[in-house]
Amino acid sequence: MSGVRVLVGTRKGAFILTSDQERAKWDVSGPHFAGWEIYHIKGSPADPNRLYASQSSGWFGQVMQRSDDGGKTWEAVGKDFVYDGTPGTHQWYDGTQHPWEFKRVWHLEPSLTDPDTVYAGVEDAALFRSTDAGQTWQELPALRAAKGDLWSPGAGGMCLHTILLDPSRPERIYTAISAAGAFRSDDGGQSWRPATKGLQSNYELPDPQAEVGHCVHKIAMHPSRPDVLFMQKHWDVMRSDDAGDNWHEISGNLPSDFGFPIAVHAHEPETIYVVPIKSDSEHFPPDGKLRVYRSRSGGNEWEALTQGLPQSDCYVNVLRDAMAVDRLDSCGIYFGTTGGQVYCSPDGGDNWQAIVRDLPPVLSVEVQTLP
Amino acid sequence: MIRVALPYHLSNLAKVGREVAIEVDSPVTQRKVLDALEVAHPTLRGTIRDQATQRRRPFIRFFGCGQDLSHEAADDPLPEVIATGIEPFWVVGAMAGG
Repeated sequence: MSGVRVLVGTRKGAFILTSDQERAKWDVSGPHFAGWEIYHIKGSPADPNRLYASQSSGWFGQVMQRSDDGGKTWEAVGKDFVYDGTPGTHQWYDGTQHPWEFKRVWHLEPSLTDPDTVYAGVEDAALFRSTDAGQTWQELPALRAAKGDLWSPGAGGMCLHTILLDPSRPERIYTAISAAGAFRSDDGGQSWRPATKGLQSNYELPDPQAEVGHCVHKIAMHPSRPDVLFMQKHWDVMRSDDAGDNWHEISGNLPSDFGFPIAVHAHEPETIYVVPIKSDSEHFPPDGKLRVYRSRSGGNEWEALTQGLPQSDCYVNVLRDAMAVDRLDSCGIYFGTTGGQVYCSPDGGDNWQAIVRDLPPVLSVEVQTLP
Repeated sequence: MIRVALPYHLSNLAKVGREVAIEVDSPVTQRKVLDALEVAHPTLRGTIRDQATQRRRPFIRFFGCGQDLSHEAADDPLPEVIATGIEPFWVVGAMAGG
């Protein structure tokens, strides 16, 4: 393997960071789409030169971009995200029912096998799919039938932010939605059911064990064990060993179990990473120390990773889509901050360096491991 | 020809200059100008008007002849100096503080 390409979405454009397998020297390209919010940019596992990007603006709405040359050039593609049939309603802040309204694309998940197929998670929460390289988009409407009338937006909006495709069962898809929960389909998105048994939201829900309404922040899996899922919930880090049928808490000795991203080591399915944040009231690291926590035991026992990270006066946040891993022999871990830094650890978290320090606030980080 | 002045981000998105010229049948109205603009430059669909409702996006303004035309009816004729191409029809991103 020859190197990595890091795809960074920020509040003011996209940046592409490339390096060889040493990951010591970096080339920085960008800003692409300068001045626009890039919620997510991700490459196709089936064709690393095929990239998709979600470009949006409070003034000008949603634009979708596709690159066929690894991000050197881009083409605007389809942006018609029309809810299937009569959109229906969901719970609104005042307790009334409110019509579904498209706002933006939060997350893009290209197919594992077909570069022309890509899923999009949007706000107001719904799942769309394109099978023509982003020219047209069709909703998979059964997801919103999973008690969608009870979903209610959280402070960050009612966004579908996680899409996981099971590499061993092509018909199995997981999604997660802020303030609605986690969902699983076993038939390619034709039907869905909540996958929330065992989640406990004591401070966020009147019924702490409700089937929907949990504020799931991110879910991660290792491709070799797709039935094992790891979740960073609003509060609590959780694990499922049965494809989301049941969850149990693995927060263990974390200094705070609030946070946003969660990631799994590329070669060690029991090694996971989180970035503890003090609380939902104070979205910054505990004690002003930016620490990634690693568990090598699949949870409960965590160690702080600090070498190369600021250990005083640091008050940035790390958002849900802003952490990723590469697949080089020595697995690299990456994350971006709301302070504009993108950090890389080329040795599984032991040592960190800032690739860039002064980007706009980072919304998302993805990594491609290049042949 | 009608002259349409675009904001920076939309001229970049459409890969055109800050001003474009389009053909519009008489009587020239806001709706006809925007329809013709979107036909000539499809990447601009949805960026000025919401694609579903066709209503002006909240932070877009239309200026012309030194006036804010944003709240004029979409099918009312535009001022003659715009209809004849003497002055441009301005599409403007609303000011944002901060």
